[in-house]
Amino acid sequence: MVIDKTYQQAQRAYEERLTAISAEEMVINMGPQHPSTHGVLRLQLITDGELVKEVIPHIGYLHRCFEKHAESMNYGKTIPFTDRMDYLASMNNSHAFVMGVERMLGIDHQIPKRVEYIRVLVCELNRIASHLIAIGTYGIDIGAFTPFMWCFRDREHIMNMLEWASGSRMLYNYIWVGGLFYDLPVDFESRCAEFINYFKPKLVELDELLTGNQIFISRTANIGILPADVAINYGCSGPMLRASGIRWDLRRTDNYSVYPEIEFDIPIGKGEQGSPGDCWDRFKVRVDEIRESVRIIEQCLARLTKELKRTVDFDPRALVPKKVNLKSQDYYVRAENPKGELGFYFVTQEKSDIPKRVKARGPSFNNLSVLPELVKGILIADLVAILGSIDIVLGEVDR
Amino acid sequence: MEELIIRVKTLLAAQFGDEAATIESSGLQPALVVESLLLRQVCLFLRDHVDTYFDFLSCISAVDDGVPAGTFTVVYHLASIPYNYQLTLKVIVPNDRRLDNLPSVPSVSSVWRTADWHEREAFDLMGIYFEGHPDLRRILLPEDWEGYPLRKDYEDAEMYHGIPIK
Repeated sequence: MVIDKTYQQAQRAYEERLTAISAEEMVINMGPQHPSTHGVLRLQLITDGELVKEVIPHIGYLHRCFEKHAESMNYGKTIPFTDRMDYLASMNNSHAFVMGVERMLGIDHQIPKRVEYIRVLVCELNRIASHLIAIGTYGIDIGAFTPFMWCFRDREHIMNMLEWASGSRMLYNYIWVGGLFYDLPVDFESRCAEFINYFKPKLVELDELLTGNQIFISRTANIGILPADVAINYGCSGPMLRASGIRWDLRRTDNYSVYPEIEFDIPIGKGEQGSPGDCWDRFKVRVDEIRESVRIIEQCLARLTKELKRTVDFDPRALVPKKVNLKSQDYYVRAENPKGELGFYFVTQEKSDIPKRVKARGPSFNNLSVLPELVKGILIADLVAILGSIDIVLGEVDR
Repeated sequence: MEELIIRVKTLLAAQFGDEAATIESSGLQPALVVESLLLRQVCLFLRDHVDTYFDFLSCISAVDDGVPAGTFTVVYHLASIPYNYQLTLKVIVPNDRRLDNLPSVPSVSSVWRTADWHEREAFDLMGIYFEGHPDLRRILLPEDWEGYPLRKDYEDAEMYHGIPIK
């Protein structure tokens, strides 16, 4: 095969595809400012009446050159940039990044237990916050406004708590290489326990409002069915993969941090209202995961107030290296984010604290890539339901 | 991890000959360096072999090895969901960095559909051409962008559509 040296043939083929549509077909643009695209995602739909024949996603409107930036500064300075990738789950992003650097440094087994438990605690709080947004905005996509207000009300408590700990509402820079920015504020544990007591009945209410709601079920059950083999082949992970019936959670399979010491279950989609892997299952897996996160938080709080109690001389920055000095190597680290597998691939330079290459593998990027497969021959209104159930964050798709 | 990679190498040597893959170990994760021409067959073999089942492609990363080295590396991170294995494959391509002669690697998007967008990203930011890719357009940058920003010798353009960007 002869290769066109301008490398434009695919671009031309795409343009020809759009001009060559038949008389019944119409090209409709959805986004980048459409509210249900959850950010700046643009979809080009080739439609026949109300039916979607094909969808061409266009991403990159929120591209902020994370990988290029990461090549110009040291590992510690990159942590705030990772926060901005999946801005709804900043703690989880920095946890994954920090874990990779610590493993390369070989200090991952020396991190004090209290630090690890605080990390898991804040990560799970952030996971709840992220899932609350996923559920709340999904309600809006489908036409239910109340769940959105309820979810945001409860999420605000988490935001306030994390702001108290880190000084920032959404982008925390709290987890550092080798430790933490600060220990938890005094009384954080009791306030967190109070929140959990408040939140548990609210979760039941929320569940009653949406999960069993007949209108909601008829909008989501049997819509956008994603079979397990397709999900794996497209690299879907997190709730997306679990809803298709695969029990795959990196917190269990990789056993990182202190997760092996903590009891929790991995909810999967069973197709209770329709078929396994439909929109309702993806929604339900997130609701169940909130419950599991609450369990994890309770166990963390129990440890943090008993055997790992705060002491006067405890210094969460004791192991923070003055300069991250790595030998030349490469390492891929992965962690379970609220949206799926977040991976960082590091290529380091000899005697330098600036990486040669950092590649971020965002879960939303891969989860979104399955969309063209899911929407063939569906109604436009269902496209909104499917897109909402994928739960994308464009900050992470575009990086 | 060490043991797995030796086993995979033996499997590949039996199927494709001794030169198909060599083990490279620089740190915590040893990698298999695969012959570029065999990449697609190797990937398909590893995906479907009953002892490996590498059914999940985590990530494709393109790495610029620097101007003096004169090579690009494409790194594939595979995972096996049934066995919970992880494996790193690498393909190293020499290239002269001319913009009308991009380094060319066979596309694995027919093996894992994950590769579709990952390869588009590598093409967009690093300028790797994936032979046999169904839709190799730019994905993050605008389609009329010039150059490949993650290359070490990339220089920012002065203007983009009349907007100063430097």
